[in-house]
Amino acid sequence: MHELVTASVTEIAQAVRDGKVSAVEITRAALARADAKNASLNAFLHVDHEGALAQAARVDASPNRTGLPLAGVPFGLKDNLCTRGVPTTCASKILQGYAPPYDAHVVEQLRAAGAVVLGKLNLDEFAMGSSTENSAFGAVRNPWDTSRAPGGSSGGSAAAVALGLSAAALGSDTGGSVRQPASFCGVTAIKPSYGRVSRYGLIAFASSLDQVGPIARNVRDAARVLGVIAGRDSRDPTSADRPVPNYEAECERDVKGMRVGVVRGITDEGCAPAVQQAMARAREQLAALGCEIVEVDMPHQKYALSVYYIVATAEASSNLARFDGMRYGLRVNGDDLRDTYGKTRDAGFGLEVKRRIMLGTYVLSAGYYDAFYLKAQKVQTLIRRDYAQAFERCDVVMTPTAPTGAFKLGEKIDDPLQMYLQDVFTLPPSLAGIPAVSVPCGLTPERLPIGLQLAAPGFEEARLVRIAAAFERASGWAERPPGF
Amino acid sequence: MSAPRITADAVRHVAKLACISLTAEEVARMQRELDSILGFMAELDSLDVSDVPPAFQALGVNAPLRPDVVVPGLDRDELLASAPASDQGGFAVPKVLEGD
Repeated sequence: MHELVTASVTEIAQAVRDGKVSAVEITRAALARADAKNASLNAFLHVDHEGALAQAARVDASPNRTGLPLAGVPFGLKDNLCTRGVPTTCASKILQGYAPPYDAHVVEQLRAAGAVVLGKLNLDEFAMGSSTENSAFGAVRNPWDTSRAPGGSSGGSAAAVALGLSAAALGSDTGGSVRQPASFCGVTAIKPSYGRVSRYGLIAFASSLDQVGPIARNVRDAARVLGVIAGRDSRDPTSADRPVPNYEAECERDVKGMRVGVVRGITDEGCAPAVQQAMARAREQLAALGCEIVEVDMPHQKYALSVYYIVATAEASSNLARFDGMRYGLRVNGDDLRDTYGKTRDAGFGLEVKRRIMLGTYVLSAGYYDAFYLKAQKVQTLIRRDYAQAFERCDVVMTPTAPTGAFKLGEKIDDPLQMYLQDVFTLPPSLAGIPAVSVPCGLTPERLPIGLQLAAPGFEEARLVRIAAAFERASGWAERPPGF
Repeated sequence: MSAPRITADAVRHVAKLACISLTAEEVARMQRELDSILGFMAELDSLDVSDVPPAFQALGVNAPLRPDVVVPGLDRDELLASAPASDQGGFAVPKVLEGD
């Protein structure tokens, strides 16, 4: 097996550009590694040997090879990103047999940059969950401890990157779905600003919140991938027409004088002691880098969970109405059309998806709209105002990414509210539409990774990359799970 | 014990609106879980937001228009390849009108 198979994104791309190794050689090694190790994790739902080798051959034959930022880099894609002619399931039985007739915008961008897509990665069904246990194709296991969950919903993406089955991956994040699994698996993930990355070809969950984000083993790798996927795409009218900065260059800059906001009282309740200690240590490390630590108040942050599970489920109930058994995927025939819809959706959707469709339908239904949906959107404004006020006093806001390290598989699956509480720290930036990064900041006594979340004002991803890279250097994080 | 926030009848009504067939057991489980989630969400009742405008979008992005030019659409055969049933270049669906 080629030694570069577990190297970083930037190292692999450099070696392929310099002709030290061919994209086909790296791809063969990566496919062999995925085949050998995937069974322990259940991270890949589909490995596309033929497609990956064909793309690698195109990279090797490309006259522009030396200019490709992701030349020959093995990637995995969360299986809610459309890939032309390759099964795309959202980890749901309802999309059984579906092979999209087009590629998502981000997939086109990756391929144009020379990346090689190895296959599709497991997730909570329709990206609804925080443990990847809601997959119709079985739970993903955490590479640090296979009796534990990898987080979710991009659990397959985070687990695959952590164990070196792909150099990087794309996930999607609606309320924390790249950040929380990155925290649980000891890797880095960026949730871009709403509008930074086109959603064309990302199967919709909650359209006002969904974003595609990179997961990688270091900040520089994630920054390079973000630079490739960011930017305006006319097929997503909400994608922003703004220039894309050179994120990677930000990794070199120092952070002296940067003001880091610490939210008063944020870790007092519900946070594991190891997470509280890691936050205190991160604060000292940032101060040692010359950052100024300032305390900020975010009085409405605690309402984010209620707001999110109203807004996101309302949008989901509308978005998932398209899965009716008529145009793609599963159809279960009933007595008449309505019965066919009902039977198809009953057989095709798992419990959590049904629960969220039901909740979303309820909060939008006659007589409840004002009390739930409209009220939630008003409180969303208050959460956004909290950030606007905080960012008058600081440049970034730091919190833990998740209140604990990885929990055991099965531990929370029967109590939806306990599962939702996993997202308390990742939801507020999502509801504000602002970018946030999760970067490893230590291990619990059980050797489970802990993530530091940093959030910045809208479209200030460059600032996040800069401070996350500086923090990564200072913390010296180089831990890898067993079997890496 | 206080009255449930959502009754079994309401669960059945919402399931009908959402086009999901639920068994009696699923209705009972859904009622229990939705009741607990809605109970948690009651925390929002303590906030006075009468003067706060709703956030209709996560981040203020003005949606620019794309150029109005003809571009190729998706390939029909490729689209229909994923359909549960197709006929003569279209999606074949169950009969919705009575009579011949």
